[in-house]
Amino acid sequence: MTGPAPTPVVQIRGVDKVFAGRDRGQTVALQGIDLDIAPGEFVSLIGPSGCGKSTLLRVIGDLVQPSRGTVEVNGKPATQARRDRDYGMVFQSPVLFDWRSVEDNVKLPLEILGRDKAWRSRRAAEMLELVELGDFTRHMPYQLSGGMQQRVAIARALSFEPRILLMDEPFGALDEMTRERMNDEVLRIWQQTGTTVVFVTHSIPEAVYLSSRVVVMSARPGRITKIVDIDLPRPRSDASRETPRYFERITEVREALRAGGSDVDDAGIPSAARTMAEGAVG
Amino acid sequence: MSAGAERNEIHLLERELELELEAAQPRVPRLKWRRPFALLVVVTLIVVLWEGVKLLGGTPWHPVGAGPGSPVVWNPPFRWPFATDLNLPHVWNIAYAMGQPFQRGAEQTLLGYLVGAALYTWREAFLGFVLGSLLGLGLATAFVHSRLAERAFVPYVIASQTIPIIALAPLIVFALGQGVLAVVVIATYLTFFPVTIAMLRGLRSFDPRALELLRSYGASRWGVYTKLRLPASVPYLFTALKIAATAAIVGAIIGEDTGAIQAGLGRVITTFNQYYATGPEKLWAAIFVAALLGVVFFLLVRVAEILALRGRPGIDA
Repeated sequence: MTGPAPTPVVQIRGVDKVFAGRDRGQTVALQGIDLDIAPGEFVSLIGPSGCGKSTLLRVIGDLVQPSRGTVEVNGKPATQARRDRDYGMVFQSPVLFDWRSVEDNVKLPLEILGRDKAWRSRRAAEMLELVELGDFTRHMPYQLSGGMQQRVAIARALSFEPRILLMDEPFGALDEMTRERMNDEVLRIWQQTGTTVVFVTHSIPEAVYLSSRVVVMSARPGRITKIVDIDLPRPRSDASRETPRYFERITEVREALRAGGSDVDDAGIPSAARTMAEGAVG
Repeated sequence: MSAGAERNEIHLLERELELELEAAQPRVPRLKWRRPFALLVVVTLIVVLWEGVKLLGGTPWHPVGAGPGSPVVWNPPFRWPFATDLNLPHVWNIAYAMGQPFQRGAEQTLLGYLVGAALYTWREAFLGFVLGSLLGLGLATAFVHSRLAERAFVPYVIASQTIPIIALAPLIVFALGQGVLAVVVIATYLTFFPVTIAMLRGLRSFDPRALELLRSYGASRWGVYTKLRLPASVPYLFTALKIAATAAIVGAIIGEDTGAIQAGLGRVITTFNQYYATGPEKLWAAIFVAALLGVVFFLLVRVAEILALRGRPGIDA
């Protein structure tokens, strides 16, 4: 996203998060986090386990309270944003309610928002169409594959038109092929809806392929070490995965992670491509 | 067919295959069609054992429904005191007695009389069951929302069940007066406990991430309760209700006895107990009908459970 700096959707200033440990004192999960996210951006948070990327996502979503600093979303405190239903959450596991049909799962947030019945039905149908599950409205969650369940979770998160979509390793439990397909789905949906996305992942190729910016974090204490702009042209497709620029960005992210003292999941990048990427940089 | 639809097809086929593979795993054979058959086998075995004992050590056998003066059909080789016609009447004599008038000169058969009494008892038990379940649900709801209430009151809930109901029943009757109300209260008393304990767990059995999800929608406590806690607890609720159903019947029978209710199985059992020497078959028939009532009530709850849990995974419904 370029152009004159728009008002950020998310504005994080000097956020620390300290968890009080039971016997061994405290864990500094986040330290000195500053981050602005512009409207319509697709931002990934990447880093090793324990770098606080999921905590940061939850701080943005007001599910975890920061120990210090401020988080403003759409120009208001995060708590207010949550009450105003500005967030759509997608977790690593779909967290579908197994006593509800696919359709009723998508309707869940709409029920809590008190939308009327006709609107709920229409909206659920639209959302399931969007994630290409229009034929499965009456199915029960357990009858669907993992990837389909995760698409239901995305439809549910989008159903009430949240201003921001917060995704916590949504495809971490899927196999590589499904994950790549889901990445394309999420990009398509992002482009169709124009929602701002904050996406936590531990996969470098995934982060680079999806994002407009990749926020690289490191652990102990959890902090932002680098922000990598991903200048790959859109729309992105399998062809994007074969361009030198893609590999350059992957290398850049990986080096930033290494500089932060971490080894991260490189899975999914064939070793030949990795060499190519390094060659392209060197 | 669009690319997306095709992908769904593949996904679904994969999932079906997974489910099929799961189903193909060797495990205990499904009991569905065997269940009624197994029941029949067990009943037959009990009858065979019962009559086998009498065959070896009972009193001399007479034709069904005939008096002691009639010819002896079979003379058992032994004489065991527990197998006499008084202690262990013949199964067919119990069945025969059911078809006879329930008392001398009565129009109604014993079976009709017992079924009438059982229905009366069931109405009381059902009222107690409903009230006890609501009370249990209410208490558990209060406890899961307030640690303080839980700590303060759960010990008393548990203590309440250590008091023998036969000690408590007269006190309840004394306080409320003889009548249906006292019986219902006693049934309630036996019912609320399993529901409270099971729902304490059930209302906390949800996926914690589902709570995060609801919080991200800004859901209220009431929203969390109705959309998550309550539906997630339904399997626990039904486990408790099955226990409560039989407990309510026991409570109603005891209550009727103490509360001097004229209709109902409690009174019938007491009366037949008093006149056991002249008609042991009648008491056995009453016991049989009381047991059957418990089983039927249990099965009703089970049917409700199957209907309520339709579509949930891992439920053999």
